[in-house]
Amino acid sequence: MNGQFLDFEKPILELEKKIKDMKDFAAGEKMEISSEIRAWEKKLEKLQKDVYSKLTAWQKVQLARHPLRPQTSDYISLLFSDFIELHGDRNFGDDKALIGGWGKLEGKHFMLIGQQKGKDTKQKLFHNFGMMHPEGYRKALRLMQQASRFRKPILILIDTPGAFPGIGAEERGQAQAIAYNLREMSNLKVPLIIVVIGEGASGGALGIGVGDKILMLENSWYSVISPEGCAAILWRDSSKAPLAAEALKLTAQDLLELKVIDKIIKEPLGGAHRNPGEQALILKKEILKVLEELQGLTPQELIERRIQKFRGMGIHYQIEEKE
Amino acid sequence: MEWFKKIKEGVSAQPKKEIPEGLWTKCEDCGEIIYVKELERNFWVCGKCKYHFRIKSTDYINLLLDEGVLEEFDRTLISGDPLKFKDSKRYPDRIKESRKKTQRNDALIAGIGKIEGRKVSLGVMDFAFIGGSMGSVVGEKVARAIERSVEKKMPLVIVSCSGGARMQEGILSLMQMAKTSSLLARQHKMGLPFISILTNPTTAGVMASYASLGDVIIAEPKALLGFAGPRVIQQTIGQELPKDFQSSEFFLEHGFVDLIVERSQLKKTVSLLLEYLSCCQ
Repeated sequence: MNGQFLDFEKPILELEKKIKDMKDFAAGEKMEISSEIRAWEKKLEKLQKDVYSKLTAWQKVQLARHPLRPQTSDYISLLFSDFIELHGDRNFGDDKALIGGWGKLEGKHFMLIGQQKGKDTKQKLFHNFGMMHPEGYRKALRLMQQASRFRKPILILIDTPGAFPGIGAEERGQAQAIAYNLREMSNLKVPLIIVVIGEGASGGALGIGVGDKILMLENSWYSVISPEGCAAILWRDSSKAPLAAEALKLTAQDLLELKVIDKIIKEPLGGAHRNPGEQALILKKEILKVLEELQGLTPQELIERRIQKFRGMGIHYQIEEKE
Repeated sequence: MEWFKKIKEGVSAQPKKEIPEGLWTKCEDCGEIIYVKELERNFWVCGKCKYHFRIKSTDYINLLLDEGVLEEFDRTLISGDPLKFKDSKRYPDRIKESRKKTQRNDALIAGIGKIEGRKVSLGVMDFAFIGGSMGSVVGEKVARAIERSVEKKMPLVIVSCSGGARMQEGILSLMQMAKTSSLLARQHKMGLPFISILTNPTTAGVMASYASLGDVIIAEPKALLGFAGPRVIQQTIGQELPKDFQSSEFFLEHGFVDLIVERSQLKKTVSLLLEYLSCCQ
């Protein structure tokens, strides 16, 4: 695995290697040790279940950032046929941190929009690590409005460490671009399905995150600020990120409890990167199920329900006024 | 040694001439020593450099509304602690302290008042309450202010002053951005005007939601405006930031605010705009 593993994955990968070595050895020596191998495999399964059922928030953040975790481009090639990528915001440029275009999922037409982080250094630089500029948010909205005109559902995949904090981004109105999307996405006349597939950092994620159904992969995170950013501000020390991750309640399980998301999508044991193909199939099933629920609604119903959905978020109390 | 004694007496006499606390103050920008009464008359704007001191939400109510009268709504909304959040302090303790300090229950006052006879739904943020940050309560009160504008068919005016979404309420704070902006979609469609006034500072989650969605966006001079914090940007790009970066003047130059208005002219300007943004002549 090219040394690309997380600390808590290490015992699992070591055991896996041991089993593989035993199998190779048995095959080479023509020895019959299958019962022994089976025992080790049982042990592996137990270890995996043990490790992955007790992940801390920070470990989940690490899984969400795993270098081999499937990204938007992987889901496009694994799930969509006849994909045609569309570029640019018709105004300033084409933001490579966001991929958008038409595609077919089981023959059904979709406008697909997703953030792309890139995997190797060259790709990461090309995609700006999945950090969008204002033109990215404007490109996304342009494509969504196109889908709305032609009455096609929109699938949005969120995977970003945040909107890009830079001079150009501020000059071109990062805040305005995100704000405008939040308002205009509420007006779209077609089903909008949002899936957080990896990282969902702050306004950079929400800027393409207003939808009818919000789903999250089991080991993804979504938060008002990244754990590092939060730690730097509140603890004045970004190395306190694990602590901040715990405090922010940013896992899929937390967000379901806070009634921000509608559903958690299961990942293969060990995380999406252990079996991207299986993950894609699980995702497809969920998308089609959600689409079926939404397709019976009129455009007006969709818009009203979408506004009401976000209207209901937040927790506040009324106190007795003592003058 | 008579002469020495005399001087000594003179010196010791000095502290007796006590200057009442807060009679004079120093401009936070140019350092000019200003008479506080003069500053008050001048809407807390430095006469020399036009620096706008940060003022309280109640000051804006006095400044903008006829007779300074606001029919306040939702005063008694208070936040919970959905995350059980604790950094150096527990979040409920932080809230308690801010409530005591500001005599308000959260970082926004909302209600209905008149601007030169015209009824408006008004919201004013207050930086003194946890940096004017937006959690569930601010989001809810902005949402209700928008709904009042829609129900009563009156213009919406929001004075923003905020560091952004409130971290201590995590994802729920982030969602207030979507909550307020999507309600503005409805308000916008009904043809009701929204004037957004940006004061120092208006950044991050508030700037990236309702504050940026006004039909007309007014900024006070020299306010810090932007999405990302200047320190974060500097760390990311590793170079010095240009002068006036993320100021009102920078935002005007790049086309993201309509006009910069001095505090003394604010009411008059808002009133005139509301006249233009109404459908009747």
